[in-house]
This record gives sequence, structure tokens and C-alpha cells, in this order.
Amino acid sequence: MEILLNNRKEIIDQDEIKLDELIKLKNFTFKLLVTKVNGVLIKKDVRSDVIIRQGDEVHILHMISGG
Amino acid sequence: MQGRDVRFSIKLTKAYLCNKIMKYLDIKYVLKNKVVGIAGCGGLGSNCAMALVRTGLGRLVLADHDRLEEGNLNRQYFFRDQLGEHKVSALKENIHRVDTDCEVEAHVIQLEPASVIELFAECDVIVEAFDTDHAKQMIIETVLSEFPGKAIVSGQGLAGFGNNESITTRRLDDLYIIGDGELEVTEDQPPLGPRVAVVANMQANLVVELLLKGE
Repeated sequence: MEILLNNRKEIIDQDEIKLDELIKLKNFTFKLLVTKVNGVLIKKDVRSDVIIRQGDEVHILHMISGG
Repeated sequence: MQGRDVRFSIKLTKAYLCNKIMKYLDIKYVLKNKVVGIAGCGGLGSNCAMALVRTGLGRLVLADHDRLEEGNLNRQYFFRDQLGEHKVSALKENIHRVDTDCEVEAHVIQLEPASVIELFAECDVIVEAFDTDHAKQMIIETVLSEFPGKAIVSGQGLAGFGNNESITTRRLDDLYIIGDGELEVTEDQPPLGPRVAVVANMQANLVVELLLKGE
């Protein structure tokens, strides 16, 4: 399937994938992230319940300490 | 709003949309009725607040639980004689040394989702200026879920020195992220005055733009 990940087209070799699995697959290594799927905020504790399908738009942002 | 003010406002909006040219008096006229919340009053928050006050912002809501330490003086908008004070109190004092008319709400508090909602509900824009990644995630998730349509301007990636060209502004709906998006603060990559202030002032610059555009 093809999805839009952080504004870039990505081909995923599966018909669907859970959001937490996508995070591991794409090697987002920072431990704290903010995620949105099709414009909807997905908090950490429900990432394993959200399934990404063909055409979905996903944003994964890592939080960087310092301020 | 009275007729004359409505016409004035329309004139301002047209001026902005056409070419972003506005006289300083017109900018101050708009900003004096705006409210900005600043979450965290360290390097990002203190520098951002001072830039906003100098531009004519009418009201600030400050939240931070820390007291000023000597190690903060390399990048935070405070002074040696303020060591030991709560940062929000010291910042309020510094703001009023520039503009006595700016209303400042200073909250000594470690923000959590409930207090973010309570303190920042009336703010036109919220500035995320925390130092820890946990706090950054908490306030971004809270604002995006609880205040749809309200802009939050976050500072992410400001450690070290140099690399001006790596500091950018990215937007995801109501979330704006300013910084290099990469460098975490570590012992080998400390936060330093110039780069922290660049990010903080870019946050302030974007806040001003959003507030004037909103008008």
C-alpha cells in the first residue's frame, strides 16, 4: 500500500499496519513522539489500536529536549 | 466594535494581506488586545516573552515552576541579582522594566493537562517553551486535543552553536515547530545563548505574524 508519511509518499509492503508497528518499521528512534493520522491526534496509549491503510496520511513528530 | 474601529481593522487586514506592511503604531494597536500563553520561562520562554513585549503585546500568561540558577544566565533573559527568584516573578519584573502597561499573569506551577486547559483557555496563541521532551509532548497533545483551532508554537532543536541554516519553521495544522528538529541538549551539546535566542525570537516572530494575520 501507499501512504503519505510526513508529507512523503511511502510504499509499505503490507495491506495494513498498526501505527505503533509503523513507528518501529520506519525507525523513529526518539522515545517521545506526537502522532496524527488523517489530521486526528493519536495519543501514545492508543497507537496499537489505530490501523493505517492505503492512502492514509500519517505524521510522526519526535520531541527534542532543550528549552 | 465601533464604526471607526471596524474600518481601521479592515484597513489593517488589507494592508497585511497585500504586502505585510504595517506601521509600528498599527501593529501595537492590534497586539495590545492579544493574549499569549508561555509554557516554560527558561531560555525559550524568557527570550520569546521579551521580544513579544517589545513589540507591544497586551497580555502574557506565564507558567513555570523553577527558580533562577547561575547556570541559566548563559541563555535566559534574567540577571545576576535575580538568582533564587521564581523565573515567572523575575520575568514579570523584567517585562515591566520595558513596558509597564503589559498585563502579566505569573503562575508558579508545574503544568499538567488540567492546568494547561485552565490557564491557557483565553490565549490567542500558546508558546511551548519547555526543556524536557515529556513536557513538550504533554502540552502539544493537550492543546491539539482540547483547543482545536488554537495555534501552538513549539521550539525543538536548539542545542550547540552555528548552523543557522538548519533552523526552520515547520507546520502541521495548528502546530508550528521551530528549530533544527534534530539536536537534543547533552553535555557535549549544551544550550547556548545565541542559538536558544534565535529559536525563541523566531517563535516570537511567528506569534506576531499569527496574531496580526488573525486580525
